[in-house]
Amino acid sequence: MAEQPAGAPAAPTDATEGDFTFTLNGRPARGRKGEMLIAAAERAGVFIPRFCYHPRMKSVGVCRMCLVEVTGPRGAALQPSCYLEVTEGMEVVTDSPKVKKAQDGVLEFLLVNHPLDCPVCDKGGECPLQDQTLAYGPGESRFVEEKRHFEKPIPISDLVLLDRERCIQCSRCTRFAAEVAGEAQIDFSGRGEMIEVSTFPDEPFSSYFSGNTVQICPVGALTAVPYRFTARPWDLDQVESTCTTCAMGCRVAVQSSANRLTRILGIDSEPVNHGWLCDKGRFAFESVNAEDRITQPMVRRDGELVPTTWSEALDQAAAGLRRAMTDGGPEAIGVLGGARLTNEGAYLWARLAKGVIGTDSVDAQLGDGLPAETVLGLPRATIAEAASAATVVLLCGDLREELPVAFLRLRAAAVDGTTALVELAPQRSALTPLTTSFLQYRPGDVVELARALTGTGGPPQGVDAGALESARQHLGSGDVVVVLGRPSLAEDGAMVAEAAEVLAGLPGVRFLSALRRGNIHGALDMGLAPGVLPGRVGLEEGGAWFERAWGSVPARRGRDCTGILSSAAGAGDDESRVTALVLLGSEPSVDVPDRDLARRGLGGASFVVAVTSSPGEAVDRADVVLPAAEAHERPGTTTNIEGRVSRVAQKLVPPGQAWPDWMIASELARYMGSDMGIDSMAAVWAEIERLAPAYAGITADVLDAPWARDGVVAPFAGAPVSQAAVPLDPIAVPGVESVERQGAPPRAGSAVTPTAGPDGQVTVEQGTGGQGEGRPPVLAGPAGINAPHVAPTDSYSFRLVVGRTLYDGGTAVAMSEALTPLVTSAPLRVNPHDLDDLGITTGDLVRVRTARDSVVVPVAADPGLARKVVATELNVPFGDVTAGDLIDATSPVVELRLETP
Amino acid sequence: MSGHLGPDILARARQLISLYPEPRSALVPLCHLAQEQDGWLRPEAMAEIAELVGVTPAEVQGTASFYDMLHLEPVGTYLVSICTNISCMLDGGLELLEHAEEHLGVGAGGTTPDGKITLEEAECLADCDHAPCVQVNHRYVGAQTPETFDALIEDLRAGRRSDEIPSHGTLIRVRRDGGLRADPEQVASERAAMAEAKARRAAEAAEAAGGEGGS
Repeated sequence: MAEQPAGAPAAPTDATEGDFTFTLNGRPARGRKGEMLIAAAERAGVFIPRFCYHPRMKSVGVCRMCLVEVTGPRGAALQPSCYLEVTEGMEVVTDSPKVKKAQDGVLEFLLVNHPLDCPVCDKGGECPLQDQTLAYGPGESRFVEEKRHFEKPIPISDLVLLDRERCIQCSRCTRFAAEVAGEAQIDFSGRGEMIEVSTFPDEPFSSYFSGNTVQICPVGALTAVPYRFTARPWDLDQVESTCTTCAMGCRVAVQSSANRLTRILGIDSEPVNHGWLCDKGRFAFESVNAEDRITQPMVRRDGELVPTTWSEALDQAAAGLRRAMTDGGPEAIGVLGGARLTNEGAYLWARLAKGVIGTDSVDAQLGDGLPAETVLGLPRATIAEAASAATVVLLCGDLREELPVAFLRLRAAAVDGTTALVELAPQRSALTPLTTSFLQYRPGDVVELARALTGTGGPPQGVDAGALESARQHLGSGDVVVVLGRPSLAEDGAMVAEAAEVLAGLPGVRFLSALRRGNIHGALDMGLAPGVLPGRVGLEEGGAWFERAWGSVPARRGRDCTGILSSAAGAGDDESRVTALVLLGSEPSVDVPDRDLARRGLGGASFVVAVTSSPGEAVDRADVVLPAAEAHERPGTTTNIEGRVSRVAQKLVPPGQAWPDWMIASELARYMGSDMGIDSMAAVWAEIERLAPAYAGITADVLDAPWARDGVVAPFAGAPVSQAAVPLDPIAVPGVESVERQGAPPRAGSAVTPTAGPDGQVTVEQGTGGQGEGRPPVLAGPAGINAPHVAPTDSYSFRLVVGRTLYDGGTAVAMSEALTPLVTSAPLRVNPHDLDDLGITTGDLVRVRTARDSVVVPVAADPGLARKVVATELNVPFGDVTAGDLIDATSPVVELRLETP
Repeated sequence: MSGHLGPDILARARQLISLYPEPRSALVPLCHLAQEQDGWLRPEAMAEIAELVGVTPAEVQGTASFYDMLHLEPVGTYLVSICTNISCMLDGGLELLEHAEEHLGVGAGGTTPDGKITLEEAECLADCDHAPCVQVNHRYVGAQTPETFDALIEDLRAGRRSDEIPSHGTLIRVRRDGGLRADPEQVASERAAMAEAKARRAAEAAEAAGGEGGS
């Protein structure tokens, strides 16, 4: 095991730690105040069998499997160890004949109605009931009567099936739904032996978190549609990795069979996901398995894309890019995308674009983000700090739709009552009911609202004065975390950034980014944004440092996504027009909110290189297509919303001729006549660690150290990361590793690849935070954003709010069989009084006129909206169009008029 | 899902909710109210109750399905319960149930095709000295023999007992003298007194803790 750096706190689950001593099976053990006996015993290395107990949920003590003998005033008695707090001097026996008899009895009763269909049950082989029966059970049943029967399986949602005969009524799923997700759409009904988990008629368990119930079900009662009958657990091979479906960075176990992904399970990471996943992260792996992946290089010949060799494709790409540079200089090339890349891929593409080609017109954010300097420069908070802050300000979209597990963390904090939520948004979100103040603003008024909150301006019209006053009181707490994202995609991100920089004046304020796209934070950290260089360094401050390392850096600041697309579309008449586009896994017509701009930009470019894994409009338009390996097909690192750098693992061999992104960048540089001297992914990471100031000290050894299994937060100050010594929910440890933990006989080999720990010492660069040794300073403080002024509107026009929905038309969902049917169309939501004025009602059609278009869409009443504000969601069917057709990226807000068609 | 409960029922539901510190505490009484309107708990009613007390419809269904007196399936105008627990069984309860099944042409738990009578096998109805004990819509009708039972059914069908036995769903106990009266002032004063007592206890506890620390 690697040595921990000096000053390292002991791992919190160390068996020797505790407030007092108690006696466990005759030996002294340490207990903590408020700790459940079952958990204290587990820390001391004594596993007590259980079904209903889950450390991330409240104890209920219903399954009775964890009975142990506890000596009390009236002698030793059997008590449920999950429902009994450990106390000083407590005498506990977990293996007496009395306990054994109780375990036998409980298991015999549980098996009375449990079918013996293990050979055809998905859970067989990794089933806590099976395992614990083997380890603790009687082995034989005296029950000869008829078991209870139900129709089976019944769908309780589009993704989850329920087999009521197998259910042992532990209530893990119903408690998860009510307690963790806050959506009690499943509950027990009936009584006694006929009790069953049920949904309400026509109200399926449509939670975004339904897949978690499948994972924590201790029997095969709940199964997931995508996994059902596809594999046996002992045939699965698995690695530990990080989910990059959104930017939360949940730890996952990735399981595959025969080079196809079969299942993703959540791993309990204390700083990040607490074991939970959203259904998109859990099931979108199907897009990796999709049949229509792009798997070979292609070039356009006589208007047709034809498969070719890598060398010809790279040759053509290099030639096309060189041609554009000859005609219009390096700034004629724009690079869009990068959030689907690993940090290594992002870094090398940034070096190729900025160091080799020399263009700064690079943007990983696709018009749906915030200025990079704002995200990188504002003081940062971790997820854990946000979830324990006195006040959390939500200046972001609906987290349940955008970063679902972040929603779970903040929901838990708000439900506990430890955190006051203040929400600034133009429409309600899933967290709104839990807020202490909800400040609903009209699109365009966000800066004014922020000023009102910090006492530097009057309140904007229409904002509730009482809520404002209450919010101001909470903002003075000195422990404020602002969750910063995009409350609406129809409102200029610069305005939100300016509002954030106003809020940065609050005492003790820190920021947690809520940008949602995959590895967007890694991409920004690696310099895939205009005006920044790898390691959170400004172009100006870091220019000299990177010029020494790379040979050259862009001469001046480049364009952002909107600028690149507008220029490619022919808007403006400057001589340095963007004529060539490199698309890094991006699909502008879907990803960029302003769909018209995306189409014009893509159409206006004379040369397009698409580095991608999926078909779409980008490929249809591309002159050269370079197939890239997807998530789970290449190793590397990723960086989440809090700047946590963690490993992503390779589980599959990339299909066809797909390459990892760093390799494509490295080879393309060679074809462009510049060898970056990179021959392995490890070499890329070494260079990042050496050159990118915010990543200094995060060596490969550090990332592989056992104590850094959850990753480390950049900039790395040398503090080790706490790591649970035992898995929190051993009976839901992904895969068959759980068998051993539950006391069943050992088996050959572990299906979990242990996190590789270096044998030697880990050298940790202490306390530099990435500074010193001639490195340029990392960005700090507000960037001084000045958003465009919004002109007041006439009383007839409406302002548009565009949010997001988890299941949208994005690539991950579109290519996942199980998720595609979950995409629903979005109406235009309008305040009911405004609908009355128009003389229409929910379900009717309305004509929407914007400055450049007119479309007819269905409406729905939404009393949660302010008057003269309408809302819808991006990337889902919206009449015959999508909301992106109404968005104008060049206008700070979108104004529209509604007419009856 | 609102709009299923009638205005009168809804007004009484709101009164009931105001009686409790937590709205969801009124869940079961509200289910009885809905049964008073419909005779059974319709899904629409459960959804509206969920909205009124701030839980999900699945939770209302989960709670309601626990109780025998809340019916999630349609019930006839008259619910006839025959006890077959020990005293009644010894006094012919099972035979009476068998007779009733034959006479009505439905099994226990079933409803006659005319929608008038639902037959139910009941656990102890707490009237063992009148075994075999029978209730109609939860009102005691005294010990029955097969002959008196048939007469009773005939009376019920002809509406001759409708004065003393209202159609299924109406529970006298819920109505408390023909209407639940929650005097808002009294409720407010009781709550204030509770809060005061709680604050006093907290202050005393704090004082005790402080005194301990000081000594």
